[in-house]
Amino acid sequence: MSLSLIWGWFTDPANWQGTDGVPNRVLEHLFYTGLTLLIALVIAVPLGAWVGHSGRLRWLVTGANAARAIPTLGLLFAVSMFVGPLIKSDLAFVIPSITVLVLLAIPPLLSGTYAGIDSVEPAARDAARGMGMTGWQVLSKVEAPCALPLFLSSLRSATLQVIATATIAASVSLGGLGRYLIDGLASRDYVEMVCGSILVALLALVADGVLAVIEKRAVSPGISGRATRVARSRARNSDPHSEPDSDGADRTDPDPRQAALVGSRSTGPVEATAATGTPSERDRT
Amino acid sequence: MIRFEGVTKRYVEASGTGGGAESVAVDDLTLEAPTGQITVLVGPSGCGKTTTLRMVNRMITPTSGTISIDGRDTASLDVAELRRGIGYVIQHAGLFPHRTVLDNVTTVPRLLGTDKRTARSRAMELIERVGLDPAMARRYPAQLSGGQQQRVGVARALAADPPVMLMDEPFSAVDPVVREQLQNEFLRLQSELGKTILFVTHDIDEAVKLGDQVAVLRVGGILAQLDSPARLLADPVDDFVAGFVGRDRGYRALSFGAALELSLADEPTVRLGATAAEVRAVGTAWVLCVGDAGEPLGWVRAAAVESEVTTRVLHRGGTVASTTGSLRALLDAALSSPSGRGVVADDDGRLVGTIRAAEVIPAIEARRDGVGATTGSGTHAQTSARPAEEATAR
Ligand SMILES: Nc1ncnc2c1ncn2[C@@H]1O[C@H](COP(=O)(O)OP(=O)(O)O)[C@@H](O)[C@H]1O
Ligand SMILES: [Mg+2]
Repeated sequence: MSLSLIWGWFTDPANWQGTDGVPNRVLEHLFYTGLTLLIALVIAVPLGAWVGHSGRLRWLVTGANAARAIPTLGLLFAVSMFVGPLIKSDLAFVIPSITVLVLLAIPPLLSGTYAGIDSVEPAARDAARGMGMTGWQVLSKVEAPCALPLFLSSLRSATLQVIATATIAASVSLGGLGRYLIDGLASRDYVEMVCGSILVALLALVADGVLAVIEKRAVSPGISGRATRVARSRARNSDPHSEPDSDGADRTDPDPRQAALVGSRSTGPVEATAATGTPSERDRT
Repeated sequence: MIRFEGVTKRYVEASGTGGGAESVAVDDLTLEAPTGQITVLVGPSGCGKTTTLRMVNRMITPTSGTISIDGRDTASLDVAELRRGIGYVIQHAGLFPHRTVLDNVTTVPRLLGTDKRTARSRAMELIERVGLDPAMARRYPAQLSGGQQQRVGVARALAADPPVMLMDEPFSAVDPVVREQLQNEFLRLQSELGKTILFVTHDIDEAVKLGDQVAVLRVGGILAQLDSPARLLADPVDDFVAGFVGRDRGYRALSFGAALELSLADEPTVRLGATAAEVRAVGTAWVLCVGDAGEPLGWVRAAAVESEVTTRVLHRGGTVASTTGSLRALLDAALSSPSGRGVVADDDGRLVGTIRAAEVIPAIEARRDGVGATTGSGTHAQTSARPAEEATAR
């Protein structure tokens, strides 16, 4: 097999048309991914936010993480066998596939949301309540914006996982990019399999890029670390005496938690979940 | 006025065996924080200061007893409304990291429904008022020093102009120099605003400096003594309070009350650049050097001047007392001066004259005889940071 075979596959007009063409398979793949993420978000975000906000039922997050150990493919067949006899239509395949993918996406989203809310500085939370914000206002005006970096990195993590794993839908006779893998395997067309894998990887990269852009725009410069960096370079370039307050000496070091946020942003999404292994105890009086 | 009546807070400590031991954080506290004054709660760590403070805005619910503000029982009010009417400042400022300084300060007015423009223009005023550069308004908290963050915290608490302020160790996380700056500006601000303030600290020096009255708590949340700072230093009720207010309380009590009439000696001076001959012509071993505006720069030892007076040869160890300052500052100026003559300047920093320790002591003794008569009435002499006319205006 050589690069020219792969090139040949991608440039063959037959591969870009009809049900089995790349555009249709990509759309199908995006549909499974989008639907999965939507359902997972609707379940995981309110739950994670509530656990983080109230500090109750933290074991839910740990439990969800443990559920990641269940092998996806086995679960898919188990659910298919259970649902199959009940429904007589394409849904008999869609429901199990989406269910399995949702179960895959929930743990990172749940722990990312929880970790984000949990990482909000206790002093900021305390001040928010003490100033007369209602519980909902504390959550929406303070906790949620501060939780955004960790949440978004967990969303990136979940998206990557779902895009990669959505290929399994093809194994229960649905569409998506997984078709190239399953069909290629069946017909021993390894070029098709390789090209399918390349498409999955490309799709994942593009989706991650889009989310990275969203992250950059949505996260306040005050917590993304951008503001601090700008200020640092400005301070370096300007006359030290222009500092209007003489107490520059006790400038607070960058919050280690913020450093962690920046770190997890740049190294990739998986860390969001690692942060939740030991839910920190916090005074909630 | 904030009034505590028989307020008790018990915590049930969760224990592994199911049953819970009770611990008393605040024990049957009855206390009044008078309108327009600073009441300081002070005591060792864990004595229930924070608990007491947080029961006022119902961040903590008392086990029993009532707390009222201007006669209204706080338990009867809507909790969010109650809190929006009380300024709240905490140790680490608790600024919202995702909001700019300006948007932090507008928080409560916005909660109360003030429109954005009005809230912002008032916030800008406050930002300047707490001593921050207006350009800071666009910054994020992470871009500020600890002292600046505390200023923003104070501005944020003042934004809706609440009559009552609760402050929990607001200055204890900054270094001593900045702390003193913040304390002085806080007193200046309070002299303009006249809020009813409940202020928590574990630092007795801060307590006697800031408080109109000081409540000393002992562990278990028991009120040990409630008095003016001067009375507290002069007459601690028991060994605990005496030990807590510290050993050198006689000396520290000199901080209260401006010095009475004192006659200062004229001090001959030289300028920077004066020749060795000019310096020696003064005739004393140490000669005071002043700047162009007449501000004292430091002492020079006549024998040490080789060709002319430069900043290098200035002795800078001496403190400068103010004519409106306390006896403590005067005594300190005298004791710290290498010539034994304490430098006294006016409020604009210009040299007025010098005074010797031996001349301060009679003034101290004269005042003690006078103070003995006035402290009995329960009022206390004003601290040096607050000239008397401002205090009576409130
Ligand atoms: N949520 C809580 N549960 C149990 N005990 C508490 C709680 N909060 C405070 N305490 C106890 O109450 C006492 C007073 O605490 P606090 O008011 O914070 O003291 P201070 O502010 O004077 O240092 C301490 O002994 C502390 O351990
Ligand atoms: Mg405390």
